[in-house]
Amino acid sequence: MPASTIQTVTQLSYLIAAALFILGLKRMSSPVTAVSGVRWAGIGMVLATAATLAFMGASPLNLMLVIAAIALGSIVAWISGKRVAMTDMPQMIALYNGMGGGAAAAIAAVELYSGNEHNLVHLIMAAVGGFIGAVSFSGSLIAFAKLQGLITKSVRFGGQKFLNLAILLIAAGFGFMVVSGTGAQSGLPLVSLFFAFALILGVAMTLPIGGADMPVVISLYNALTGLAVGFEGFVLDNAAMIIAGTVVGSAGTLLTQLMAKAMNRSLGNVLFSNFGESSSASGGAVTGSQKAIEASDAGVMMAYSQKIIVVPGYGLAVAQAQHKVWELTQLLIDHGVKVRFAIHPVAGRMPGHMNVLLAEAGVPYDLISDLDEINAEFETADVALIIGANDVVNPDARTNKSSPIYGMPILNADKAKNVIVIKRGQGQGFSGIDNALFVLDQTRMLYGDAQAAVSQLIQAVKAAG
Amino acid sequence: MIDGVIALYIFMLAAFTGYEVISRVPVILHTPLMSGSNFVHGIVLVGAMVALATADTPFVRIIGFVGVVLAAGNAVGGYVVTERMLKMFVLGGKKKGS
Repeated sequence: MPASTIQTVTQLSYLIAAALFILGLKRMSSPVTAVSGVRWAGIGMVLATAATLAFMGASPLNLMLVIAAIALGSIVAWISGKRVAMTDMPQMIALYNGMGGGAAAAIAAVELYSGNEHNLVHLIMAAVGGFIGAVSFSGSLIAFAKLQGLITKSVRFGGQKFLNLAILLIAAGFGFMVVSGTGAQSGLPLVSLFFAFALILGVAMTLPIGGADMPVVISLYNALTGLAVGFEGFVLDNAAMIIAGTVVGSAGTLLTQLMAKAMNRSLGNVLFSNFGESSSASGGAVTGSQKAIEASDAGVMMAYSQKIIVVPGYGLAVAQAQHKVWELTQLLIDHGVKVRFAIHPVAGRMPGHMNVLLAEAGVPYDLISDLDEINAEFETADVALIIGANDVVNPDARTNKSSPIYGMPILNADKAKNVIVIKRGQGQGFSGIDNALFVLDQTRMLYGDAQAAVSQLIQAVKAAG
Repeated sequence: MIDGVIALYIFMLAAFTGYEVISRVPVILHTPLMSGSNFVHGIVLVGAMVALATADTPFVRIIGFVGVVLAAGNAVGGYVVTERMLKMFVLGGKKKGS
């Protein structure tokens, strides 16, 4: 085939792929068409990859390397993606996202190291995209490590912001030297330093952020990777990368804002405030003691209730209790109890994390309500059953101005006539803040792993009649 | 070849498209959609392939190779987890009807 025909075929396949991505994302926005949506996008991906493989005109050695690299990455990701438990999904998304950012940075590195790019605009685009990709890569890996429990401490110290700013400025300085540099040979150490500081910045930015804010951070890095891909697409004259990357960049930015808004905080606040351990000391002290309850008593109370609202949280995910919770729910419905699920926008580690788990267990949509729909209903509920949720039901967010989470919209579980809290122990939640809900007069604590506790409740409800 | 101004137009239109696509999504699909958009930026794979295809020194080949491995991981991993999550929603919907 002549070169122009090859060019046209490749470009056409990219065009179709870009259209399939957008249509796919659109179909993913409704539960009915969602699965077909990801398949459409998948077809687009296969098409674009096949066209590139067929027409990129690599030397035999490079072609072999490309195929080997694709096989290696695909097999590892396929196996890990199939095996990961639903509850660990957030960190896997962080990991795959980091890989995308790393790939964008690698493209930039190839362009900058090989030194055969002389167009200044392209050089700037490559450097900016590579910088963003590298930050997203190392930042996502830290987010992964935190959610996986590999890093448990949030590293914080005075002047951290200034150190991060200094790292950013140094990286920008090297970036400027790389772009304005004179030829590839002198550029090699500079390019390495540029990427090294970008990677350090990703680590330094993510380390101080508390686990409760991780959903927002992962979403932000998702958007950043999209942007980086878009920039590199411009460098490579690749329309599919520009379109797909920018669509993800803007969609991810919007999603990040929606999440930050759900926590009543600005994005800057998430990234630069020392939220979590350090603030718990200054938060209003919660006085009173937690009162325990036996599962048998809790089961009887629930069996004879009119209306129960279940508030699931990360504890449910950790204990893999979603199937048991649905079993309990069906049992209660058979008893004539009205059961609803109340999902806080940031319950779990990602928005919609709880919805995914409940959907996995087979809970129908119409039993599940979000914050705005359900909050008025707590007053009419006999029991609010809190399963492994903490900060999202802390009434301090409404009433205590000195609380670090003051102003965050919460589920008003404290308005229910009775509150049963399933919790592993007496400790604080993920954000390290005491919870005023747990010491209210109408609150009873059911200590234990969520799955074990819910199993006991099932037995108790069965025994009750 | 994509001209500078044309590229800006593509950027702008794609940005609006992304905004529009997401803004009508129900909260329950936010995680699958984040995962889905994570898969979509796996298109970085084609760029990484082109970059590796043009590599001419061992050092650049190594970087390009790593890039393709990472990009393939992003695309395949992103697809697998997104499909797994979305299948569950379909399952839930069917049970509701029965």
